[in-house]
Amino acid sequence: MEELDKLQQFQQKIDAEKKIEPKDWMPEDYRKHLIRQISQHAHSEVIGMQPEGNWITRAPSLRSKIILLAKIQDEAGHGLYLYSAAETLGISREEMINQLHTGKAKYSSIFNYPSLTWADIGAIGWLVDGAAIVNQVSLQRTSYGPYSRAMIKICMEESFHQRQGYEIMAKMAQGTPEQKEMAQDALNRWWWPSLMMFGPHDNESAHTGNAMKWKIKRETNDELRQKFIDKTVQQAEVIGLTIPDPDLKWNEERGHYDFGEIDWEEFWRVVNGNGPCNKKRLNHHKKVHEEGRWVREAAAAYAKKQKNKQIAA
Amino acid sequence: MTDTQLPLWEVFIQSKTGLPYKHVGSLHAADAEMALENARDVYTRRSEGSSIWVVPSECITASNPEDAEEFFEPSNAKIYRHPTFYVMPEGAKNI
Repeated sequence: MEELDKLQQFQQKIDAEKKIEPKDWMPEDYRKHLIRQISQHAHSEVIGMQPEGNWITRAPSLRSKIILLAKIQDEAGHGLYLYSAAETLGISREEMINQLHTGKAKYSSIFNYPSLTWADIGAIGWLVDGAAIVNQVSLQRTSYGPYSRAMIKICMEESFHQRQGYEIMAKMAQGTPEQKEMAQDALNRWWWPSLMMFGPHDNESAHTGNAMKWKIKRETNDELRQKFIDKTVQQAEVIGLTIPDPDLKWNEERGHYDFGEIDWEEFWRVVNGNGPCNKKRLNHHKKVHEEGRWVREAAAAYAKKQKNKQIAA
Repeated sequence: MTDTQLPLWEVFIQSKTGLPYKHVGSLHAADAEMALENARDVYTRRSEGSSIWVVPSECITASNPEDAEEFFEPSNAKIYRHPTFYVMPEGAKNI
């Protein structure tokens, strides 16, 4: 009975748009859902550094190189804000990394695609960050306080990412015919995976029900996907690139773009570990984690030694 | 050997002198010096701060939200601490 009262009070708080804070009572499933979603989000930020890192040494100018470095540094920061938010729910950083390495926790499938040309860096910023922003703007209003605060900070930083990507695409689209072709090719390859970032259709999404009731998510997968498409079509037109969807058409009645069906077979294939780069991404993370182990141990040993010295003095 | 991600620290930032320090998040570091440098790199990449405090998370004692009602009760009952409690004579100015 007491548990039921608590659950009722919890739901009342959520309904009244009050935030839930780390020490507040919360249903176990709320906590679990958040840990899963926030850690997956954090892993995505960190794994997402790999396809972009691939182009640091080959950036076409010093300007684009320092910008790309700053962007990747931001992604590391975003990962950290999110890990911190998840840690307030009682899971340790060690455990989250362990879950990533054992495959228990996932990251966004979009990062299992390769970045083949410089135009891909443009497409990632414009489309992948663009899709992420639509999702993250919505999550600023999530019911869990630390998650909401992390999202607000991330959104402030993220708009530079999308603009730098769009600038690359615009420049290449106005360049030589080969450069324009490269930009179009990148758009062709990244468009559909970007739409998949929003996840399965609402009627097939296992987690949507509770997530909406508890206001962890504020808009559904399909609503967010539609928002992203509606704002991106015009941006492609302005720079003279074509979105690779023959069914894409403005629907006056709905006030939205209609679009073609996503290849869900591909979606599940990549989610289940068989995308072009799944193994490469995870193996790289494991390798760097192991290679950095001695640094963490040395830092911990040094701190301990300094502390002992202080006590002795 | 078990993995270590180093101890947890809470970060407070003063955006400019004269303003109060505000909690911005947390991070992991081996010692205070590393915590300060990490806080600078993570939380002030766009000139958000002029000064930083870092505190080991385990040193923070927090009130319990479940006890909030009785814990804050003493102040709720004392409405005479608010200026609006007092009846001012008609016509009195600047008070």
